[in-house]
Amino acid sequence: MSATTADGLAHAPARDQEVARALGRRRRLVDALVRWLCIGATAIGLFFLASLLFTLFWRGLAALDWTVLTKEFEPTTYGDETAPKGGLSHAIVGTLIHTVLATLIGTPIGLLVGTYLAEYARGSALGNAVRFVSDVLLSAPSILIGLFVYQLVVLPLGGFSGWAGVVALAIIVIPVVVRTTEDMLQLIPNTLREAVIALGAPKWKMITLVCYRAAISGIATGILLAVARIAGETAPLLLTSFGNSVMSLDLGSAMASLPIAIYQQANSGFPDLIAIAWSGALLVTLGVLAINIVARVLLRRRR
Amino acid sequence: MTGRPGRRGGTSMGDRVFESLCRGAGLFVLLLLGAIIVTLFIGGLPAFREFGAGFLWSADWNPVEGRESYGALVPVLGTIISAILAILLAVPVAFGIAFFLTELAPEWLRQPIATAIELLAAIPSIIYGMWGLFVLVPFVQQNIQLTIGDALGSIPLVGFLFESRSFAGTSLFTAGLVLAIMILPFIAATMRDVFTQVPPVFKESAYGLGATRWEVVRGVVLPYTRISVVGGIMLGLGRALGETMAVTFVIGNANRLPQSLFDPSTTIASIVAMEFPESLMGSLKQSSLLALGFLLFVISFVVLAVSRYLLRPRLKT
Repeated sequence: MSATTADGLAHAPARDQEVARALGRRRRLVDALVRWLCIGATAIGLFFLASLLFTLFWRGLAALDWTVLTKEFEPTTYGDETAPKGGLSHAIVGTLIHTVLATLIGTPIGLLVGTYLAEYARGSALGNAVRFVSDVLLSAPSILIGLFVYQLVVLPLGGFSGWAGVVALAIIVIPVVVRTTEDMLQLIPNTLREAVIALGAPKWKMITLVCYRAAISGIATGILLAVARIAGETAPLLLTSFGNSVMSLDLGSAMASLPIAIYQQANSGFPDLIAIAWSGALLVTLGVLAINIVARVLLRRRR
Repeated sequence: MTGRPGRRGGTSMGDRVFESLCRGAGLFVLLLLGAIIVTLFIGGLPAFREFGAGFLWSADWNPVEGRESYGALVPVLGTIISAILAILLAVPVAFGIAFFLTELAPEWLRQPIATAIELLAAIPSIIYGMWGLFVLVPFVQQNIQLTIGDALGSIPLVGFLFESRSFAGTSLFTAGLVLAIMILPFIAATMRDVFTQVPPVFKESAYGLGATRWEVVRGVVLPYTRISVVGGIMLGLGRALGETMAVTFVIGNANRLPQSLFDPSTTIASIVAMEFPESLMGSLKQSSLLALGFLLFVISFVVLAVSRYLLRPRLKT
């Protein structure tokens, strides 16, 4: 393009403007397109949540009644109105026992590991290794923990047992508690620690009496999240406590749990059992989501 | 200060006890991971010994006594294909959500939507499985499979991927779809976290030059967060590889080589969940399943380790 001729001088700005306008139009168009795609993506995510919850309520509420909450498992009625209808009481009790015991065992260990990472091992090689391993455990496939506990507990004891299930769930609790405990302890300002040490208190008193108290809501959040995580955990229980169709409080033998009961009845192929499975699914989901929301509220109040 | 040696001795004693308790718990976690690896390996040893390296690429799964033969090919392939499918489906959507939450959404809308998406991550996998079996499987069977089969089945070379003679709806594709929904919140949350860590000055400079929001994300945010975004995707991949219950419900659990994405197949986690509880203690089958578990552990360990390595600089704040 020669700018030496009068012709070129006169036309160049006009052409540039034309090009600029076209380019601007295209950039705006692309921007708008991406914006709508992103809104669409968010809508897809929310749609799946809505679809899940809607299906759960619609099919879960239909069968949810007093019988489901109070009766043990009964085989399918084959549509016979006079046959006794079954429920999930054995599974609800089983899940409560599993969850409470696993949380009681896993929490102290997780708490100590989190304390170690935040208070003793900042930046040390061993600390980094522990943090790495704990993070891997946090995302590791839970069925493998089931296989591990099967080899470790079920094989030596000669059979499926409630204790094996508790051990498997406790292993899942540990990394969840470690993560939040460490994060929350690290949020505590060092001046607080220095003030306690300056008063002559030993380090362990500083940690247990001051740091834990300052971080209590965060630590509680971690424990709640761990409870929510194991309450719906199914895969490791298949290989450890296996499930049971009657009420059993004996941790030495196979024990029922809600997720396993849902799994078995949903795959049974009988409409009446599937309906019971849906109401169980509704119970589990409501419980887990409620715990999650409480945990979030706790955490937000802290910040 | 040295007047009360007893007291001093007592406190340092308490410190020592508490510190060794904490360190002991830390070592316990290390030991736990080591024990899991060793246990799975020892459990799988009879199978490795019996089939040798051929275990990895044999597609056999024959539990008939006397002719027992087990191979890892089908479950390993199923695991990898379904996880990759899930990533392909989930990443664009997760990116859209993260972009929406960090740049597009009005302030008052961000927190509720972020919470809703995160609740998706809290729902137990068994619920996804049931929902997948009773809602997603019929939908895929009636609406997706035939449409895609008709539209893409005639493409040369890759057309076979979309044409299946199985019309049950339970397939690799359905498994990938359920997995995509399950890992969506993890990837979206990681992407959102790293997007918000881009220094505002960088973005404002680009806006100041007249860049549109998309140009800012493509030219500033993505290059700045590239490594962490890949880390987040790997985290999702790690989850997808080991997911058990949801996949077990919808993949069809057929231990044969799939010819297309719409054929039923199986994954390592779901074959273990389906067959392990009813296998005989100490049998060759049980050992083969433990060997499969060992393989799954190695695969997901590598993926998770890479993910953590990539995410390390961003999330350590």
